[in-house]
Amino acid sequence: MTPRSNTRQNTRTDQTRALSPKLYSLLFTTDHRIIGIQYLILALVSVIIGTLLSLLMRVHLVWPDWPLPLHGPILPEDYLALVTIHGTIMLFFVLTTAPQAGFGNLILPAQIGARSMAFPTLNAASFWLTAAALLILLGSPFVPGGAAISGWTAYPPLSAIPSAGPGQALGMDLWLVSIALFAIASTASSINTLTTIIRNRCDGMTWERLPLTVWGWFTAALLSIIAFSVLLAAILLLLCDRHGGTSFFLPTGDLVNGVLHHGGNGSPLLWLHLFWFFGHPEVYIAILPGMGLTSMLLANFSHRRVFAYRTMIATTLLIGFLGILLWGHHMFVAGLNPFASSAFSISTMAIALPAAAKVLSWFATTWRSRPSYKTPMLFALGFVSLFITGGLTGPILAQPILDEYLHNTFFVIAHFHLIMAMAGIFGLYAATYYWFPLITATRTRPGRLMSEPLGRLHFWTTLIGAYAVFLPMHLTGLAGEPRHYAQLTGIPGPGGYLSPTGALLAHTISFNHFITYAAIFLAAAQLPFLLNLARSLRKGEPSSDNPWHATTLEWHPALNPFPPSSASDTPEISAYRSPCQYQSTQSGFTFQPQWIPNPVDQVEIKEATSAKPE
Amino acid sequence: MISSCLTSACLTNVWSDQAEILRPWLLPADGSAHGPALDHHLILNLWIALALLALAHLILLIGLIARRNTEPTHLWRIEYLPLAALALLFGTLTLKAERLWAATHYTGASLTALQVEVTGVQFAWYFRYPGADATFGTTRPSLVAPGEGNPLGLDSTDPHSADDSIASELVLPANREVDLRLNAQDVIHGFSIPEMRLKQNAVPGQTIHLHFTPTTPGTYAILCTQLCGLGHYRMNATLRVLPPDQFATWLAAKQKAAQ
Repeated sequence: MTPRSNTRQNTRTDQTRALSPKLYSLLFTTDHRIIGIQYLILALVSVIIGTLLSLLMRVHLVWPDWPLPLHGPILPEDYLALVTIHGTIMLFFVLTTAPQAGFGNLILPAQIGARSMAFPTLNAASFWLTAAALLILLGSPFVPGGAAISGWTAYPPLSAIPSAGPGQALGMDLWLVSIALFAIASTASSINTLTTIIRNRCDGMTWERLPLTVWGWFTAALLSIIAFSVLLAAILLLLCDRHGGTSFFLPTGDLVNGVLHHGGNGSPLLWLHLFWFFGHPEVYIAILPGMGLTSMLLANFSHRRVFAYRTMIATTLLIGFLGILLWGHHMFVAGLNPFASSAFSISTMAIALPAAAKVLSWFATTWRSRPSYKTPMLFALGFVSLFITGGLTGPILAQPILDEYLHNTFFVIAHFHLIMAMAGIFGLYAATYYWFPLITATRTRPGRLMSEPLGRLHFWTTLIGAYAVFLPMHLTGLAGEPRHYAQLTGIPGPGGYLSPTGALLAHTISFNHFITYAAIFLAAAQLPFLLNLARSLRKGEPSSDNPWHATTLEWHPALNPFPPSSASDTPEISAYRSPCQYQSTQSGFTFQPQWIPNPVDQVEIKEATSAKPE
Repeated sequence: MISSCLTSACLTNVWSDQAEILRPWLLPADGSAHGPALDHHLILNLWIALALLALAHLILLIGLIARRNTEPTHLWRIEYLPLAALALLFGTLTLKAERLWAATHYTGASLTALQVEVTGVQFAWYFRYPGADATFGTTRPSLVAPGEGNPLGLDSTDPHSADDSIASELVLPANREVDLRLNAQDVIHGFSIPEMRLKQNAVPGQTIHLHFTPTTPGTYAILCTQLCGLGHYRMNATLRVLPPDQFATWLAAKQKAAQ
């Protein structure tokens, strides 16, 4: 079957392409597939930088005197700049862009049987805004004073007053501008995603037949619009406080490093509310597409239907809805009214239930299925494991009385790295191995597969490394080890001999060495992936049309690869059933992709009976 | 090999100080009246999380190892029954946690509690005792001059200021409730004493009350747990809990020095 397309948008792209040099057209394309790949390259560059920064942090914590080549010893402000850039780059430029914008662009239209995104030009503009935001962020360490040092949460007055520290002048301004641009880009990109899902679905793609990945992207896009617009507003207010003489976040009489604030009487807590109203949904934006993908992959490789499909749609939406109601659990020790803490505690505990419903569905889907353990499946199973391990400490931190001890310790670091960073990255790896044939396919040749042996090596070392790094952090956190400390040993000050070098943290020093070794191992375990990527791009085994026996539309022969050229005789693409229609037989299994029409005489009956997965 | 060496090193280290920490979770010993209930609830939570973790992985692994069978269909039994059990479990934990939270936070300190003001400044903690008049003198940010011995900007024209004494160490009597009023002069700081199971941010422009009763005499570290600038890691002080008679002697000496 020849690939064809008929949208006007692609015709326009072709005209641009004919007029311009090849590189220009590739860079400033409005083709959503190429934009998706651009996002993925941006995320790959970001994740490499972010990982190296985290290694510097770990090395500094256990060998504080080690001089960084070309830089010298890592000073406390350098350490805090590392913390800030690591957090910002990983959360915004990796965990938000790669699943939502990267794979969202690459796969989402095909999965709903659409030829393109709703707003191709807006899409390209979003990518370039994101790229500009990344460049500004990466440029910030090189300005006078260095990068911002107030962490990814940028609490004022530390972030509002340039005299509060090195890096809080121009470095902080650049950080704010970078995140403001990112917020605009994400909002625009989410409007694009939502409109595409609502308007561009093919015939027969009812809401109940949408793959759970699409439901993940849909919910994350809804959250993005709500969360990023509030963040953008908060950043503009903070910029006004810094340069416009306003006092949204600054109380009267605030005295920072000899500089007295005379203006109006604002409240730093207002920033915390606005920031976390964004910040908590943000972590769901990062993880929801991965949760949807995990459901689909487990079903795909177990050759089963997704257990309780409609409940999974409902829990995705419920997680999204509850996700905007529990920002206050980041503020139990911030000076909230204690009654407010109780309310936020209850809403946070409530989200454990839809999350547990997802885990139960994953168990039921794989239960006694003898799945085929291809690399994407391994990473999906790893996602389940890390999601459980990271998730179980969530209800502990959600209890204000316990958070009063655990807040801002390494226990929190362990929690959110396991559930958001590690599970999120496992979702991205699953997506990369799974959709690699679609990433590499061109008009003239079929896509390639990534190497399975290297993939298995990558999976097992990464899984072991992830647990080795983050499990011991629970214990150092329980021992009281605070986060954001530039040094854990030899701390000056009256309490320094007591803690952390003294009695309090004596037990954790050897743990910290172990964590640093494990972090180096975990980073090294990513080398097989990079090797696999580089090798498979050129020499990977050619893939068949549907190498994983998938049932969703992105593997439709007419959509794989997405045809860039237009033609008038395109076959209509329709969805005829829910995804994951697998059936066990004596010899194995049979499956019915969403795009294969039913035998004509059975259409009515099939629709009435088998479209409902439960 | 490195890891096994390290593990054994950790273990001997841990075993040598059995009394110091609540094994096996490495919690530091507790020195406050509300601490034991908190520790008990925390350790209960940790064991429950560990048990659920083991159970979940066991179910996952058995499901993967067992031979292929028809797919499960009992939605109620597989999905809603375990969910109801989890709801019950988390509901109970929430209720218990809320009761502990309410007991320590819904009401203020008793009227007889010792009053101490805590001020966080980049990068030090200051503690002010109100003196014999039991009233804190006015402070003004414009008067702050750490070099001249007035780090809090105490207004000497206020008669209540005269007997206020400022210390860089928090000294408290054992077994008497203390009412701390937390302030921050410049940026948000986090007032934390791990061994008293206390953590509360000090926010500029706000006074936040925190009350507790230290029980065990000893010296404890006071940390800053909210990122406050480049010296965040070295912003610390000590809490010295004294038997009541020794505290009275200390306070008298301190007040004599202040006047």
